[in-house]
Amino acid sequence: MHIANFDMLDLSKNFFELFGLPVSYTIDDTALRERYRELQRTVHPDRYANASQQEQRLAMQGSTFINEAFETLKDPLKRAQYMLRLLGVDVDSDNETTKDTAFLMEQLELREALSEIRYQADPLGAIADLLDTVTGKFNRVISDMTTDFENPSADRLDAIRERVRKMQFLGKLHREAESLEAELEEELL
Amino acid sequence: MALLQIAEPGQAAAPHEHKLAAGIDLGTTNSLVASVRSGTPETLPNEKGEHILPSVVAYTESGVLVGSEALANAHEDALNTISSVKRLMGRGVEDLRLLGDELPYDFAQTDSRVPRIRTRAGDVSPVEVSAEILRVLGKRAESALGGELTGVVVTVPAYFDDAQRQATKDAATLAGLRVFRLLNEPTAAAIAYGLDKGADGIHAIYDLGGGTFDISILRLNRGVFEVMSTGGDSALGGDDFDRAIAEWVMQQAGIERPDSTVQATLMRAARRAKETLTTQQVAGIELANPAWKGTLDLDTFNGLVDSLVRKTVSACRRALRDAGIKADEVEDVVMVGGSTRVPRVRERVGEFFGREPLVDIDPDRVVAIGAAIQADILAGNKPDEEMLLLDVNPLSLGIETMGGLVEKIIPRNTTIPVARAQEFTTFKDGQTAMAVHVVQGERELVDDCRSLARFELRGIPPMVAGAARIRVTYRIDADGLLEVEAEEQTQGVRASIEVKPSYGLSDNEIADMLRASVEHARDDMEARKLREQQVEGERVIEALVAALEADGEELLNPEERSRIDAELASFRNLVAGTDANAIEQGIKTLEKACDFYVERRMNSNIRKAMAGHSVNEFEQEAE
Repeated sequence: MHIANFDMLDLSKNFFELFGLPVSYTIDDTALRERYRELQRTVHPDRYANASQQEQRLAMQGSTFINEAFETLKDPLKRAQYMLRLLGVDVDSDNETTKDTAFLMEQLELREALSEIRYQADPLGAIADLLDTVTGKFNRVISDMTTDFENPSADRLDAIRERVRKMQFLGKLHREAESLEAELEEELL
Repeated sequence: MALLQIAEPGQAAAPHEHKLAAGIDLGTTNSLVASVRSGTPETLPNEKGEHILPSVVAYTESGVLVGSEALANAHEDALNTISSVKRLMGRGVEDLRLLGDELPYDFAQTDSRVPRIRTRAGDVSPVEVSAEILRVLGKRAESALGGELTGVVVTVPAYFDDAQRQATKDAATLAGLRVFRLLNEPTAAAIAYGLDKGADGIHAIYDLGGGTFDISILRLNRGVFEVMSTGGDSALGGDDFDRAIAEWVMQQAGIERPDSTVQATLMRAARRAKETLTTQQVAGIELANPAWKGTLDLDTFNGLVDSLVRKTVSACRRALRDAGIKADEVEDVVMVGGSTRVPRVRERVGEFFGREPLVDIDPDRVVAIGAAIQADILAGNKPDEEMLLLDVNPLSLGIETMGGLVEKIIPRNTTIPVARAQEFTTFKDGQTAMAVHVVQGERELVDDCRSLARFELRGIPPMVAGAARIRVTYRIDADGLLEVEAEEQTQGVRASIEVKPSYGLSDNEIADMLRASVEHARDDMEARKLREQQVEGERVIEALVAALEADGEELLNPEERSRIDAELASFRNLVAGTDANAIEQGIKTLEKACDFYVERRMNSNIRKAMAGHSVNEFEQEAE
C-alpha cells in the first residue's frame, strides 16, 4: 500500500520530482513541456466537468499546482530562486541589491541609453540592438549559474544569489525596453 | 460523484449512456445553439427552421418575445426591445456613460451599481435579459435532442473580464442551465476547424463579431491547445461599422438629433448597406422617414471603417508580441464573426499575416459548433478524446497599494487555473484593518484600471507598523473566475471574497429570481427537486461502483473497503426513498467518506501518467 503515502498533490512536493526530472539547473525543455501536458491531461478540471464538486476542487488544486511548478521550472530566474530555496537559502531578493559597482554602472548606462532611444534616428533598430545586448548578458549569467549549481558549495551559493540579483536587473530592463518598443511601434503606425 | 471517469490508455472505458450536451454562442447580435448528434456537430434550428436567434428580447403587452419576433417589435416599440445586451454584461452603472449616448433605452435610476433597463415588465438587468435568450436556446436544444441537457458550454469573448464572465455564468444559471465551462470564442472556432486534429503549429483566430473583437494566438501541441496570448477590444465590432455608416447617412441627409425610432431605422439601413457591400461595389440606401435616398460605394465605405480595421490590426500586433512570435510563424488565420465578411477586413488581415485567411465554415456558426464539440467531450461522451484546452487569463489582476498604484499579482496571459500569493504589511502602528482593492488591467494607476471588488480584512492584532504579515491570495479557476483571500499570518485572521462584485448577482439574488420565475409552478418544484436529487444520487452510485470495480482492490485495504461499501449501501436506501433533502445530505456524507479514496485515485492516475519517465530518485520516493 505505498500509494497511500504517494501524494503527488502534496504542495510541499519538489517540482522536479513532480515532473520526473532530476534536480538540476540545466533543464530538458522538451521533456518538461511534454510532461507538463501529460500531467494536465490527467488532472485538468475539464476532465472532471461532469464529476462531483469534491473532485472538481481537487482537480483545480492539482492543476494549479502543476501550472505553478511549470512556470517556476521553465523560467531561468524563478528556477534559480526555487533551487536556492530547496538548498535552504532564503531569498528575499526584493530587499537585496547587488554590490557589484561595475555591474551597476553598466546598468545605469544601459538605462540612460534606453531613455534616450526615442530621439534616435532609428529608434526601433536601436531598441532591437539594446534588447540583443541585454539578452546576451542574461544568457551569460545563466551559463555561469549552471556551473555554480553543479557544485553548490557555500561560496557558490553566495555567487548564485548575486547572479539572481543581476538577473532581476536585466530582466526588468528587458521588459521596459520591450514595452517602449511596443509603444513606439504603435506611434509609428 | 463521478469518480474519475478517465480510462487508462488502452483500456476500454465503461460503456456510458450518451449524455445530452450543447454548445451555446451567446452573441451580441445573434446567438446559436449546437450539439453533436451521431458524431456530427451541427447548429440546431427552431421549429421554423431558423438557426440564428437574433439576440433581441422584447417586453410586450402580451409577454416576453425573443429573437426575430422581438426584432420585429423593435420598430414600433424600441424602448421595450433590448438588443446588444451583451455589451452591458458585467458593466457597472458608471460604464454606461461610455456607451450611454448610443443606447436607445431608459435606464432606471437606482442605487445599485448594476444597470437596470426600464421596461414595461419592470426594471430588468442585463443578466436577466441574457437569461431569456439562453432559456430559449436551452429549450430548443432539449426539444431537438429529446431530453434534458446534462450541461452546456457557453462561449465568451477571450477579452471578457472577470465581471463579464461571471455575469454570463449567472445568466445561464438563471436560465436553468448547468455550465460545464465558459469557453473562449476563438478557441471554440479553432476546435470547429479541427485544428486540434491537424499538425502541431501556431494559429491566429481573428474574431470580429457584432459587438466585440478578439484576437487569439493558439499553439497546438499533441492535442493540447495552449492559448499563447489574447487581445482585442470588448467594445468594437460590426455594430460600429453600422454606426459609422449611419453617421455618414445622417450627415448626407442632414439629420441632426434622431429619436430612438429614427436611430433604429438608420441602423437597419446601415446594416443592409454593409451586407450589400460584401458582394457589390455600390449599395443603395433609402429612408422612408425622414425621406432620403442615396448610394454608398465601396471606397467610401472602406474610408469609413479603415480606422476601425486598423485598431484590430494593432491588437493583432500586440497579441503576437505577447506570444513572443512573428507574423510569419502563424500557420493558419481563422476568420470568425459575421463582420469578417467585410472585404476590407479580409484584405487587411491577409496583408498583416501574409496569408489568405480561412473562411470555409460559416463565420456565424463556427463558434457554436466548436462549443458543441467541447460540450460533448466535457459531458464524458468521448472518454478517449485527447484534446485538452489550456487557457490563459486575458488581463492582469492586481491589488491597490499605497499611493493609488497597482501591484500586479497575476500578470495577463498566465495559464489558468492559477493561484498566486503576495505578502503585505501594515503601515501604521496598531493598525487592525486592511482594505483590499482588487483591480484588473495593464496600467500602473488604480484609476486607469477596472475596479473588480473591495473588501476588508479586520481583526488584525495590533502591532507596530510593518510587523504584520498579510498574505493575499488570488485564485483563478478554469473558467477564468477569480477568488481573493487575505489572511493575517501570525494570528490566522481571514477574509475572502468571490469576485462577483457589484456587476454580477449574488447567489441569493439568483436563487430569488429562480424562485420568482417558477412561482407559477410551485407545485412542481418539490417533485422536480426530488427528481434532480435522485438523478444526481444515481450518478454518484454509478460512478462509485465503476471506480471500485476498476481499482478498489488495488487502492483500498479490506477495512477501508467495507467502510465504503457500508456507506454506499445506506446511501442506496436514501436514493430509493422520497426525501430530496436526505439524498442531498447523503451525497455529502458519502463524498466525505470517500475523500481519501478520491485523492488516492487522482494520485494514482498522475503516477500512471508519469510512469516510464521516472528517474531513479522518483521511484525510490514512491516506495
